[in-house]
Amino acid sequence: MKKTIITVVGRDTVGIIAKVCTYLADNQINILDISQTIVQGYFNMMMVVDTNQTGKDFGVMAKELEQLGEGIGVIIKCQKEEIFDQMHRI
Amino acid sequence: MINIYEVAETNEMIEKENLDVRTITLGISLLDCIDADLKLLNEKIYHKVYEAAKNLVATGDYISAEYGIPVVNKRISVTPVALIGGAACRTPEDFVSIAQTLDKAAHEVGVNFIGGYSALVSKGMTAADEMLIRSIPQALAATERVCSSVNVGSTRTGINMDAVRLMGEVILQTAQATKDADSLGCAKLVVFCNAPDDNPFMAGAFHGVTEADKIINVGVSGPGVVKTALEKVRGENFEILCETIKKTAFKVTRVGQLVAKEASRRLGVPFGIVDLSLAPTPAVGDSVAEILCEIGLEHAGAPGTTAALALLNDNVKKGGVMASSYVGGLSGAFIPVSEDQGMIDAVTAGALTLEKLEAMTCVCSVGLDMIAIPGDTRATTISGIIADEMAIGMVNQKTTAVRLIPVIGKGVGETVEFGGLLGHAPIMPVNRFGCDAFISRGGRIPAPIHSFKN
Repeated sequence: MKKTIITVVGRDTVGIIAKVCTYLADNQINILDISQTIVQGYFNMMMVVDTNQTGKDFGVMAKELEQLGEGIGVIIKCQKEEIFDQMHRI
Repeated sequence: MINIYEVAETNEMIEKENLDVRTITLGISLLDCIDADLKLLNEKIYHKVYEAAKNLVATGDYISAEYGIPVVNKRISVTPVALIGGAACRTPEDFVSIAQTLDKAAHEVGVNFIGGYSALVSKGMTAADEMLIRSIPQALAATERVCSSVNVGSTRTGINMDAVRLMGEVILQTAQATKDADSLGCAKLVVFCNAPDDNPFMAGAFHGVTEADKIINVGVSGPGVVKTALEKVRGENFEILCETIKKTAFKVTRVGQLVAKEASRRLGVPFGIVDLSLAPTPAVGDSVAEILCEIGLEHAGAPGTTAALALLNDNVKKGGVMASSYVGGLSGAFIPVSEDQGMIDAVTAGALTLEKLEAMTCVCSVGLDMIAIPGDTRATTISGIIADEMAIGMVNQKTTAVRLIPVIGKGVGETVEFGGLLGHAPIMPVNRFGCDAFISRGGRIPAPIHSFKN
C-alpha cells in the first residue's frame, strides 16, 4: 500500500478537517489514521492516507491540497510516508 | 505507525533548520568517448552527457515534491578530462574546447555545475595532464558551470611537487583571467591530496576511473539540524553531546539514503554512495561554525576549536555510517569560509586565522576551502600553502584540499562577494615570509613510511 502523510498546520478555525476530508473523499483517497493536537492556538493535524485508488498524480494532489489550505489559512503538506519511516525507524 | 511528533520533527528540520539534500550528482564515464579527432570527441562527450542527464533535474524536482525535502542542486561529474582528451588535444586551447562542450551540455540539461575538468597527477604528469592543467585558467574563464580539480598527492604515492609548483601559478592565472568577477574562477578550482573517486560535492567532484559507467552519488546537509539538536543539551557532558550528534547525523543521512535510492531507481542508474558531509551555506542557521559555538566556543577559531571539530566530524561519521548502505565521498564536516556565515563572522572578529584553519583541516574533511587571500600573494606562497595541506592529507591518510581565491586588486580588510551558495568573504592575511627555494626544488616528496602496507 502506498501511504502518504498529510500534515495541516495553522490557526485553528471551524471546518478544517471537514474541508480536507471532503477533498480526499472526492478523490478516492482513504484515510487510515488521523491525529490532531492544538498547541498555543495552532492547529496541528496529521493524516495517514492510502492513495492507491486515486487516479490523481501525486504532484497535482499536493498542489491542490496546498491551494485548499491557502483558502482556509492553513499550510497543508503532502509527503510520501517513506521519508518519516526512514528517519525514525531502523 | 509514524506518529504526529515524528512527522512534526522531520518537517521542523526541513522548514526551520535548513535540512536538505545538497546535491544529487550523476557520475558519467567518458572513457567510451575517447577519440583522436577533437571534433568527434566533443560531439561524443556532448551526446553522452546529454543523454545520461537529460532527466536528472526533473527527477530531482519530482523526488523533492514527493517527500517534501528540498533537493538543492542537481549536478554532473565526469571522468577526469585529462584522460579523455589526451589522444585528441594538441594544445591547451583544444582542452578548452572540451570545457566549453561540458558547459554547453550542463546548460542544456539544467545542472548548475559539472565537475571533472581534472587531472590526477599525484606521482607524475603526462603531457596531456600538464596541458590540461595549463588550460585551466582559460577554461574557467570561458565557461560558467565547469569545475576543475587536480590531485597532486596521495598517501600511496607522495606529493608531486612539480604539480604543486605549477598549481600555485595556475591559481594566480585563473584569478587574473577572472578578475572582473572578483577572481571567481578560483572558486571552481580545487587542489587535492587523496581525492575520492565518488565525491558528489563541487568543485572537486569527478567520476573516477574505478567507477561504473554511470552512478548516482548524493550529498546531504544539515548543520542547522545538528545545531538545534545541540541547543537542547547545553551544559551536558561529552558523552551526551556525542550521542546527540550521532543520532542527528543518523536521521539526516537516512534522508540522503532514501533520496539516493529513489533517484537511482527513477533514472535507472546504480546507487553509488551517500556523502555524509555537513555542508554549510551562507544562510543563517546553516553553519558548521555555529555548531562549534554551540559546543562551547565563543567563536570558531578559539582554543578548543580543533578538538570540537574533531568530535563533531567523528560523530557525524559514526551516526551516518549506520544510516546508509554505502558511504563515501568526503564524508565529514566542511569548513569553507565564504560559504559559512559563522566562519565569516569569526574571521571578521579576528578569531580565525589561516593557520588555525590549517590545524582544523587535520581533523575534518576537505581542507582550506573558499578562502579569499590578497591578490598580490606570490605563486610560490600559494604553492607552499598547498604543499602544507597536501602533507597533512598524505601523512594522515585522508583527503585534503585547497581552494584559495587570490582576489586580484584587493587586499586584507576588503571583502569579496561571490553570490549564491559561494557566499562572501573577508580577505585573510597570508604569512609574508617566502618559500621560493623550497618550491623551486622540483621533483616529488616520497610516500610516507606508513603507506607501505603490502
